[in-house]
Amino acid sequence: MIKTDALIIGAGPVGLFTAHQLKLIGLDCEIVDNLDKIGGQCIELYPDKPIYDIPAVPECTGEELTNNLINQLKPFDIKFHLGERVDEVKKEEKNWIVKTNNGKSFSTPNVIIAGGVGSFEPRKFSPKECEKFENKSLFYSVKDKKIFEGKTVTIFGGGDSALDWAVELSKFSKVNLVHRRDEFRGAQATLNKVKELTSVGKINLFTKYQLVNINGLNKIENIDIKSDDGETKNLKTDYVLGFFGLIMQLGPIANWGLNIDKKTIAVDTEKFETNQKGIYAVGDICTYPGKLRLILSGFHEGALAARACFKLARPNEKYRFEFTTTSSNLLKRLGKKE
Amino acid sequence: MPKITYITHDNKSHTVEVQNGLTVMEGAVQNDIPGIDADCGGGMACATCHVYVKEDWFNKLPKKEDGEEDMLDMAFEPKTNSRLSCQLIVSDELDGLIVNIPSKQT
Repeated sequence: MIKTDALIIGAGPVGLFTAHQLKLIGLDCEIVDNLDKIGGQCIELYPDKPIYDIPAVPECTGEELTNNLINQLKPFDIKFHLGERVDEVKKEEKNWIVKTNNGKSFSTPNVIIAGGVGSFEPRKFSPKECEKFENKSLFYSVKDKKIFEGKTVTIFGGGDSALDWAVELSKFSKVNLVHRRDEFRGAQATLNKVKELTSVGKINLFTKYQLVNINGLNKIENIDIKSDDGETKNLKTDYVLGFFGLIMQLGPIANWGLNIDKKTIAVDTEKFETNQKGIYAVGDICTYPGKLRLILSGFHEGALAARACFKLARPNEKYRFEFTTTSSNLLKRLGKKE
Repeated sequence: MPKITYITHDNKSHTVEVQNGLTVMEGAVQNDIPGIDADCGGGMACATCHVYVKEDWFNKLPKKEDGEEDMLDMAFEPKTNSRLSCQLIVSDELDGLIVNIPSKQT
């Protein structure tokens, strides 16, 4: 059981800045995120897209913003738990006991949900029968490529993951690549490679086709794909891979007894606390009258929630407001003063 | 104000007035029309405000910008007449537009 003053769920920009504020006022914190990297939506959805409304930063990409926030955390020692989804939050006496899907558990008086629009999960195929093959002969990510050796693999998608795996697996598997249109959004260089491999028969390319049926008893035997003009083709295949990007699901947060409306959590605007004492929500996932879904608003919300955490984590101390320009306490924590 | 009709998957028709300048997505969200999630809030960064537009209207709409088609790759059951409703800005020209909402967004 890991003990901490505050646990942040979500390593997006707002979670990161909230961690900064907690450490600055002298509290410990740890951060959990379902993604395997830091940055949340900024890194997953728009790493290359410029953002123009961060105060004092005229223009930066999602990736640059994330890197700057990580740099800002350098003076502090913060433990990240990536690739872990928080499944359970329960009250035990005065503390919250938080458990992840990988069996980690935390005990803390303060939980700050900075979860964006929930956790990222792979977007799945629409035919219902796909579920029964999932993680057996149908996958949304590749963990061990060896299982595909000498087999037929049908890959769906038009982005980098689909193209990269088509090229990689064509070295030792029979590969079908299926995409719903002629254009691909993956890197041009990889696309050229795919076309080259297609022309020598290493990859069978089917464009303007989508999956309609998947057949087999315990494992996939063959699938039906259908074109825009209604033509159906049957493909024999051992494995199916789908790379349709990630979607955001509220997930287990819905079961923690919070006031949830339209995938957002109601909070007050003094502490950004939810209807549960010691659980706060900041950033895109919180709502209150006048809420703006801007990163800058999330920074404000995190700063206030961090101060609220102080009261529960240090019940016998009084929080004193200080500026980083003048406070020797804060400058010490920032490593600027002995 | 232009009238926009949203047909949900259960074939229920919802016609509402939407102010010029708002998006077809916002028109649905503000009027509590079910079936449009709009997770990213209109940033063309997800594909959960996906709608189908019948051919006659589809051809009258402003063309897709770069990125919309890429994002539609990730939509639930995209078709040739798919659009992201956050990219459709309501104007007098769109008065009478009918969009069909897919059975789900994710």
